[in-house]
Amino acid sequence: MASSSVPADGHGDPTRRDFLMVATGALGAVGAAAVAWPFINNLNPAADTLALASIEVNVTPIEVGQAITVKWRGKPVFIRHRTEKDIKEAEAVPMSELPDPQTDNSRVTDTAKKVRPEWLIMIGVCTHLGCVPLGNLPGQDKGPYGGWYCPCHGSAYDTSGRIRKGPAPLNLAIPQYLFLSDSLVRIG
Amino acid sequence: MRRLIVSGAIALAALVTGAGAVAIAAGTEAHPPKRSWHFQGPFGTYDRAAAQRGYQVYAEVCAACHSLSLLAYRNLMELGLTDNQVKGLIKDIVVPDLNDDGQPIERPARLSDSFRKPFPNVAAAAAANNGKAPPDLSVIVKAREGGADYIYALLTGYVPFDKLSPEQVKEFSVKKDDNFNTYFPGHKIAMTPPLADDKVTYADGTKATLGQEASDVTEFLAWASEPWMEDRKRTGVRVILFLLALAGLMYAVKRQVWSNKH
Amino acid sequence: MASSHGTPPVFNNKVIAWIDHRLPIFSYIEKEYHTFPTPRNFNYFWNFGAIATVMLVLMIATGVVLATNYTPHVLMAFDSVERIDRDVPQGWLIRDLHMNGASFFFIAVYVHIFRGMYYGSYKAPRELLWILGVVIFLLMMATAFMGYVLPWGQMSFWGATVITSLFSAIPVVGDSIVTWLWGGFSIGNPTLNRFYALHYLLPFIIVAVVALHVVALHVHGSNNPTGIDPKGPQDTVPFHPYYTMKDGFGVVVFLIVYSLVVFFGPDMLGDAANYIPADPLVTPTHIVPEWYFLPFYAILRAVPDKLGGVIAMFGAIAVLFVLPWLDTSRVRSSTFRPIYKWCMLLLVVDVVVLGFCGANPPAGFWIPLSQAATLYYFVHFLILLPVLGKIERPLPMPPSIADAVLKKKAG
Repeated sequence: MASSSVPADGHGDPTRRDFLMVATGALGAVGAAAVAWPFINNLNPAADTLALASIEVNVTPIEVGQAITVKWRGKPVFIRHRTEKDIKEAEAVPMSELPDPQTDNSRVTDTAKKVRPEWLIMIGVCTHLGCVPLGNLPGQDKGPYGGWYCPCHGSAYDTSGRIRKGPAPLNLAIPQYLFLSDSLVRIG
Repeated sequence: MRRLIVSGAIALAALVTGAGAVAIAAGTEAHPPKRSWHFQGPFGTYDRAAAQRGYQVYAEVCAACHSLSLLAYRNLMELGLTDNQVKGLIKDIVVPDLNDDGQPIERPARLSDSFRKPFPNVAAAAAANNGKAPPDLSVIVKAREGGADYIYALLTGYVPFDKLSPEQVKEFSVKKDDNFNTYFPGHKIAMTPPLADDKVTYADGTKATLGQEASDVTEFLAWASEPWMEDRKRTGVRVILFLLALAGLMYAVKRQVWSNKH
Repeated sequence: MASSHGTPPVFNNKVIAWIDHRLPIFSYIEKEYHTFPTPRNFNYFWNFGAIATVMLVLMIATGVVLATNYTPHVLMAFDSVERIDRDVPQGWLIRDLHMNGASFFFIAVYVHIFRGMYYGSYKAPRELLWILGVVIFLLMMATAFMGYVLPWGQMSFWGATVITSLFSAIPVVGDSIVTWLWGGFSIGNPTLNRFYALHYLLPFIIVAVVALHVVALHVHGSNNPTGIDPKGPQDTVPFHPYYTMKDGFGVVVFLIVYSLVVFFGPDMLGDAANYIPADPLVTPTHIVPEWYFLPFYAILRAVPDKLGGVIAMFGAIAVLFVLPWLDTSRVRSSTFRPIYKWCMLLLVVDVVVLGFCGANPPAGFWIPLSQAATLYYFVHFLILLPVLGKIERPLPMPPSIADAVLKKKAG
């Protein structure tokens, strides 16, 4: 308010009074900010949600050439047990043909830097507009590159999950994962 | 104004007298004796070692009948255990789940799982326990008048049939197979005495007397009822100190402002 | 600043001046909360309007955040509240603030109501102001009752059953009304859903009525401990900074008491049985409503007839609506009413006694005590208030607020 700059009628030492006012106002502002935090923090992921932030998957039952879909953080994750042919095809593609150049090796390395070309683990969400591509289940259209094919707008991915054709700008994302043993992988 | 304060005092006195009357009126059942707990008072915390032993009592004895459904195994890490220690504790526990074909299976428990329930549902729990389902223990300490004192008193308050006086047997019509508990409302309780000396063997070498087991499992259940209690008290101390400072400043400001009007 | 009454404020800030020329919110704030002439002799009982406002805002803020995590379903409500306590970041804090906030909101409002009664704040020309206040009180009771059902514990369920069953006392249509309230043949999921929806809605209606309450207050200004109207600038001070600072101090002191309960005894005002999930087949041995309903609950049980009890209970609130016309005295403040003052203080004690009656099983001496207390409650409003106004000789009153203040300072 404009006229609040005019000192209110009252006696006392104006300096002391100003100091008191400023100190009280400052403390009040600190308090208001401290009160605001729990209200904001309340909307952050809860402990039970965070507890599911990583999952452990046993990959032994997945035969060569098969793939499974697991749910992780509310999204599908594709785990494909690739054949020798899949791997060879993926490694043979020249970088110049890729809209989002990445080597196949870099896409099959876990957080301990161990490369396991037979296991391709990706988030199954098309990088175009978030649809789930086809090709993970037997009998589904794997698209022209033998990988995955997004039915929404026709993006096609190769056997390394890299974008080859269509509107999607990026390769299918690789989550952080770690093989705890040859059969058990932790995602997240 | 002074008159008003006096009348306020009179009203307060009436209130206190009334409260006394309430206490007298409620005095028909045996009150659990007051015990001192590590988590009492404005600065009280949970005794981690006791609560860990208490988990052992729960897992080896209570869990056979009582669920603890609001807790997850990950919560045990708040008792000062590492994730590997908790994984070790739960390595033999299996929980129900569905496989990819939608068929029910049992799989090893994970940290994120809720505590395994001994019975699939309340009806099954009642059917297996002579028609009375054992209550879930997640908030049992908050759900009973007397709280931790009551739980401890109940666990240690069993009286064998041959130790009862003839008057007690008559008054409460106790039969030989009944479980008589001094602190249970009505005295006849469906639960057989759950604890006894050396019912468990503590890993830390503590002697497992009945009282020790009861006190440990009560500490554990108190924690289970309110795992955030320490956070609450810590925050409270900070909030009160802050508000006292603010009140002091506000009072000074108010006096300054009013100094020419009084 | 007191000299600036009546002259339109001049805003130096160009943006504020621009806005104010088109939408005079700044002029309004200036007029109603800054220069507003307020009696200079308020005591601390006058803080409770501001305190109640703070509690209302706090309840809505915490409530909206709680709603983002609560699940209104009979199978999930109890666990979702526990999840808020256990897993949601600082969820326990928001829930404890909300759960105890209801109690402290009622504490503030009860003090506010008794202050209004003692100092005759309901008398002309403030009758509508008072009636709006009673409407707020009623809306608060409805909101609090439905909020207590949401955790879906044993007291939630059985409290809801008992209170909604009150309507079955209505002749002929009673049972149909109860079925309609429940949306079924007992308290169940439809009931929980509608209570949740209404519990979210009603606070905003309370805000609207509070706004009307404040508008009505600012027409004739506040009453004061002497009950004498201000006669000039010597009797008043501008609202800011005098009462903003005094209210601010009072609010902080109130928050200290509130925080002590929230952080060091969050369950002391609640009932242990509400931590047992609702079970439609087992009634707790002793059903009690939350403490702020206990006096009315005692009145309900004091009358040994179902319909009579319900009428008495609603009558106990309804009588507040006509309070301005039951009081025949020309004097506002009890300070100058030597007999009525004691009747008024006795009423406070009476309501506290009723509260204890409501908390205890209706047996033994509690029955005659609650009946005697109920009797006094109605005698106070329906007999003492109209009769004393005619026969009581008021004490001599000071000519003005300023005189009263000066006399008090000298004495």
